[in-house]
Amino acid sequence: MKAKFLVPLLLFFALAAFLGFGLTLNPREVPSPLIGKPAPEFTLARLDQPEQRFALEEMRGEVWLLNVWASWCVACREEHPVLVRMAQQKLVPIVGLNYKEVRGDGALNVRGMALDTETDLAIQRARRWLTDHGDPYVLSVLDIDGRVGIDFGVYGVPETFLIDREGKIRYKHIGPITPEVLKQVLLPKIEEVRRAG
Amino acid sequence: MKARSKRLMLVGGGVALLVAAVALVLSAFQQNLVFFHTPSEVAEGKAPLGKTFRIGGMVEDGSIAREADGLTVRFAITDTAKVIPVTYRGTLPDLFKEGKGAVVQGRLEDDGIFRATEVLAKHDENYMPPEAAHAVEQAQKAAQTVSQ
Amino acid sequence: MIPELGHFALILALVLSLVQGIVPLVGASRNSMALMAVGRPAAQGQFFFILFSYVCLTWAFVTSDFSVQLAASNSHSATPLMYKITGVWGNHEGSLLLWAMSLSLWTVAVTVFSRHLPEAFMARVLGVLGWVSVGFISFTLVTSNPFDRLLPAVAEGRDLNPLLQDPGMIIHPPLLYMGYVGFSVAFAFAIAALLSGRLDAAWARWSRPWTTVAWVFLTAGIAVGSGWAYYELGWGGWWFWDPVENASFMPWLLGTALIHSLAVTEKRGAFRSWTVLLAIAAFSMSLLGTFLVRSGVITSVHAFATDPKRGLYILALLVLVIGFSLMLYAMRANKLMGGGSFALVSRETSLLGNNVLLTVASASVLLGTLYPLFLDALNLGKISVGPPYFEAVFVPLMTPVVVLMMFGPFLRWKDDDFVAAARKVAPAFVASILIGIGAAMAVDHLTWRTALGLFLAAWVVLASIQLLYGRLKERAGASVGSRLRSITASWWGMWLAHLGIGVFIIGVTMVGSLDQHLDVKMQEGQRAELAGYTFTFRGAIDADGPNYDAARGIIDVTRNGRAIATLTPEKRLYWAQGMPMTEASIDIGPFRDVYVSLGEQLETGAWIVSLYYKPFISWIWLGCTLMGLGGLFAAADRRYRRLAERDAKVGAGRSVAGAA
Repeated sequence: MKAKFLVPLLLFFALAAFLGFGLTLNPREVPSPLIGKPAPEFTLARLDQPEQRFALEEMRGEVWLLNVWASWCVACREEHPVLVRMAQQKLVPIVGLNYKEVRGDGALNVRGMALDTETDLAIQRARRWLTDHGDPYVLSVLDIDGRVGIDFGVYGVPETFLIDREGKIRYKHIGPITPEVLKQVLLPKIEEVRRAG
Repeated sequence: MKARSKRLMLVGGGVALLVAAVALVLSAFQQNLVFFHTPSEVAEGKAPLGKTFRIGGMVEDGSIAREADGLTVRFAITDTAKVIPVTYRGTLPDLFKEGKGAVVQGRLEDDGIFRATEVLAKHDENYMPPEAAHAVEQAQKAAQTVSQ
Repeated sequence: MIPELGHFALILALVLSLVQGIVPLVGASRNSMALMAVGRPAAQGQFFFILFSYVCLTWAFVTSDFSVQLAASNSHSATPLMYKITGVWGNHEGSLLLWAMSLSLWTVAVTVFSRHLPEAFMARVLGVLGWVSVGFISFTLVTSNPFDRLLPAVAEGRDLNPLLQDPGMIIHPPLLYMGYVGFSVAFAFAIAALLSGRLDAAWARWSRPWTTVAWVFLTAGIAVGSGWAYYELGWGGWWFWDPVENASFMPWLLGTALIHSLAVTEKRGAFRSWTVLLAIAAFSMSLLGTFLVRSGVITSVHAFATDPKRGLYILALLVLVIGFSLMLYAMRANKLMGGGSFALVSRETSLLGNNVLLTVASASVLLGTLYPLFLDALNLGKISVGPPYFEAVFVPLMTPVVVLMMFGPFLRWKDDDFVAAARKVAPAFVASILIGIGAAMAVDHLTWRTALGLFLAAWVVLASIQLLYGRLKERAGASVGSRLRSITASWWGMWLAHLGIGVFIIGVTMVGSLDQHLDVKMQEGQRAELAGYTFTFRGAIDADGPNYDAARGIIDVTRNGRAIATLTPEKRLYWAQGMPMTEASIDIGPFRDVYVSLGEQLETGAWIVSLYYKPFISWIWLGCTLMGLGGLFAAADRRYRRLAERDAKVGAGRSVAGAA
């Protein structure tokens, strides 16, 4: 074997190592700067009783999940059965943040729509969706304009935040929760946060 | 002897060609790379004036406005921390919308307005272009450091 | 039930591909006819099961079975039937299944059309293809099962991405995949030759028609894809240097080099080591392209949804397949040295030069595609490498390729005299310089780029005429008809493909230099002028389709008061994905396209309309068509069949001798 014939192989391995490294740069894996920080405060109208408001404070003392969803979000449909099962097994309380229900939907043109109309439409759409697919949430709140979502650094739907008893964000999952994610990542994390007190 | 000199010329020619190609590629890179900046970086003056670069972020809600000619569009692009005003003349991509991710390419002028020559929007309604997502992440990281 | 059957069939196909990967190779090493004979039925059975599985998936789409996740995400009950069928491959999982099916189809084609190959060689080829198949079917099953259920089923699907609901998309992916995957045959032949240690020129001859046909598919696939981008993306561009396009262009460049290198190896026995390496490299680029598009390391406008697990799987596959082949190459390549010697001025040298240039060009595309990733990995900032880079690199790299292409066919094999060759080439060269500069002045665009492009194109055309004339003169006395008939198909193939390059360059140069574009706000009845054409906007009407709402603009195009066309661009809103889409309207002509697309409607009721004038743009695809036709001619040459018959006789003789 002459050394020069090994050149293509070595070049290729260098390229492969570099591509392997490139894989670790997946943009979805970027750790959120919010981890370990107190969750941004908010009070928002509840989906079930829009005249009442829910504040983050109310969950103090609980380890819980904040799940960002919308009826127009395809990937939410994929994770929803997992959430429903989690709720049935009472694994952890889940609060839903319904994110830009109306204006996030590319199919609708909301330019010039009054906020009241938009809220009514959002409630109608979101409730129907929960009726169709099951409601795993302790309650859901309406983030009509997406301001709270922005405070949480939401840049896609679905996303899920794990929040501890003191109201600190302990983990953030981007994208749908699959059964594997639940088993291998989320449940251990929840266990860990619970044990930590 | 003759075979050797022929071989030498072939190898020499090959090496010369490779050197030329590498030089070509490097100079092409030098002149044509487009750097990417977040709105926060642009606001801090980290982006070059008068040179083409890209900004990624979200199109701020309520910022899209058309000028009287109907062709020039003004909007603002934000990473949730800083907002950069942009003007663009031409047709916008189908998926360009307020509150959605977008990437603009162009130059920053002295007046602080970004003159875009190209506007890119994402072909998927759930996720932003990675550059735009990156910008938002960066801005939040920065906001955290400031608030501490 | 049907999706489960499809899933099960795919598992059976995987089992058969394992059989095909193991048994014939063992047979070849033990010289056991019985074991080697397992290859063919295994390959054919595998094809049957993949086809069955594919039909099952299509069934889920056609019947709108939205309990299948993939159909729910990529189809809709109101989607036209055609797009339900093509929707199967308009997504990651389905397109992988199509990839596997193409591979299997190629394998079956090899078992049918290459019967004359020696048993042991055939067994090794099938074994190698079997392993590639194992890789891709298992990738599909493990990371991207297209038959995953969505329970409970949704009432309505999300529909196929509207961009893909287009006739061009019906044929683009299958053509492209046939091309990509077709290089696996050239690869398998090269690896089989390395494995057997039988590294004479025979394998080059056997693999030539296969490589050429794969190249034809790839050429056609790329051309259709670029045509699709031209009329579907709504702004008249035809090539974007997007990572996904680059992923198909890199194997094309290497495939082009491989075709020429194979010719030298077959005819002269030279470059054997280089040809083997190119065969490995061309297929590796196909795999790498798949990796880049699927893994998400590089984002692109039309990359599929990504998942790091998939990326890792393909990377592992890549390392195994390419790593193993290059290792084998390193071990056996010294046996490949030697072969026909040639002088500095010879056809071999010109082909070698082109080979090196095409390889360098391919590497520069790879570099441009990966560079952003590279900087990101080193934390040196986020960048994008756009078309200006590729154009800056490509023009200087391709110019010498065309120049060498002008010399090659006039040079003799082995040894030629430079002065004699230059004398043959000079008249066309001088005439083309004059034509190039003259034509650039005539169209009033005298830049060095335009002049260079037109000069090269003129040279290609003139040289082609000269070459044909010279060829006809060879048999003085005979009638023109019999002289034409005496020319072999492979010579016609070369001639057509080279002429196609010239036509292609005319298109690229003219549209690059002279295209005009105007965005204009138009009220009903308003006019606009562009490139001597007058566009009158007659308003917009509703034109709803089966699964979308649309506004259709009506625009009359006239030139000097004479009606040219009425164009009807549309702005569509697809219901299911809520995705707006621009549908351009084009008046296609031999020397220019007039292209109109609708922007958005303003509050005043006026529309923003984009008008484009695209001179000679159809020549780009005419050039590609000629190249593809050339490839078909070359692959259809009678010589391969004659030699195949001879090989079959020799093979039969040998096995009789072996039995005796």
